[in-house]
Amino acid sequence: MKIRVFAVLFMVSAGAAFAASMSVQVRNCKVRATPSQLGRVIGTVEYGAVVQAGAPQAGWYPVTTANGAKGWLHESALSKKPVAMRAGATDAAIGVSSDEVALAGKGFNEQVEAKLRADGTLDFTWVDRMMAFNAGPDQILTFRKQGNLPGGGQ
Amino acid sequence: MNDRHLFPTILIFGVLAAVLFSGCAEVTEMGSQIAQDAGVISADQAGSLTRSAQVIEKTQQELTPEQEYYIGRAVAAKVLQTYPPLDRPQANTYLNLLGQSLAIFSSRPETFGGYHFLLLDSDEVNAFAAPGGLILVTRGMLFCCANEDELAAVLAHEICHVEMKHGLRAIKQGRLTEALMVVAAESAKQLGSEELASLTRDFEASVGDVVMTLTTSGYSRTQERDADAAAVQLLRRAGYPGAAMITMLQRMDERLADARGLGFAKTHPSAKSRADALRTVITDAKSAPDTVRQERFSAAMRSMPAGR
Repeated sequence: MKIRVFAVLFMVSAGAAFAASMSVQVRNCKVRATPSQLGRVIGTVEYGAVVQAGAPQAGWYPVTTANGAKGWLHESALSKKPVAMRAGATDAAIGVSSDEVALAGKGFNEQVEAKLRADGTLDFTWVDRMMAFNAGPDQILTFRKQGNLPGGGQ
Repeated sequence: MNDRHLFPTILIFGVLAAVLFSGCAEVTEMGSQIAQDAGVISADQAGSLTRSAQVIEKTQQELTPEQEYYIGRAVAAKVLQTYPPLDRPQANTYLNLLGQSLAIFSSRPETFGGYHFLLLDSDEVNAFAAPGGLILVTRGMLFCCANEDELAAVLAHEICHVEMKHGLRAIKQGRLTEALMVVAAESAKQLGSEELASLTRDFEASVGDVVMTLTTSGYSRTQERDADAAAVQLLRRAGYPGAAMITMLQRMDERLADARGLGFAKTHPSAKSRADALRTVITDAKSAPDTVRQERFSAAMRSMPAGR
């Protein structure tokens, strides 16, 4: 009997592993109402934000954001490890060592790029201009519709 | 199965799950703790062992999307030193609409800074994918495409290089290990000037490795074939005919016939051999391009200066 209780507890904890804390590892990402890049946008999460993620389905995680919004994020936007040191962030919730937190977000970063700018080694003017080319979700939907492009779960 | 057998089975699965979820570094940490408790190694040695394992694991797991982003920005800036940008808003806007509407169908749709595209003012037939999704395409490459479907094939191929992190693989492993050792040794959030200088040197060398591969030595044949095959899948998911990849390569082969050893021809396997390799996987019939797609492609082309 005891062993059966243990088995149930194990299964419950295994299930709980699928409702894990994950960190947003991209600068910002749109949370979708459906598991599709063409799904309705219900909000945005920023780099380093921690979300509660359920079991993934074909590359998409059902997530609950810090403000309680529920939607979907693509796996490429998420990391199991913390990705940034944020003021007031509850890194302990992700259960990692302080060493890992200290390593996160460091290395080749804006500090290194700033040094290259200051030294005059590289000019980022056009890189910044190209980063500003952003087609919004509506523009992409219109572009695809006008071009008679089938598929994509529309 | 009776209870007597159930318990060890659960235990084994539990341990396996712990290993799977924890990763190697934590296992090393556990091992270090055991060795330390047993008096085999000192606390200092245990800490150092754990830290080294984390660094090695980190380099093996590759760079974070944020680090990839900063490398990609510097790679793009460096390529732009040789190939000047083409400041034509209409053509650049069209290129980004097309490229970004393809990138969402990539198996890696989210990168740290997203996918962005820029035209280069060069007659050379070439395209460069900087890590993280900054994709540079020459005017010569655009003029090599007959329609939107073929341009989509070019962009899909470059998106797949980003998705598969081919640019990052050009970085010599030693540089990353060295760079991450610097980072790991410094516990403060901001690096000291000496560490920053050292890290910047590693960064510049890493960027140099990628730029060298993009502009001079080229990716491996296998990487090109992998990008071609993935690009065909990406085109299909996005609703474009996979056959556009073949017609694009045929056109490129004709265009490059008198330019062997230059630009794209230098860094890529022959377009003909790539088209031949794809014929075995592409069976969809060639279809006439959609009229709206043809018109918007032509409009973007008209907005650009003609080749010299």
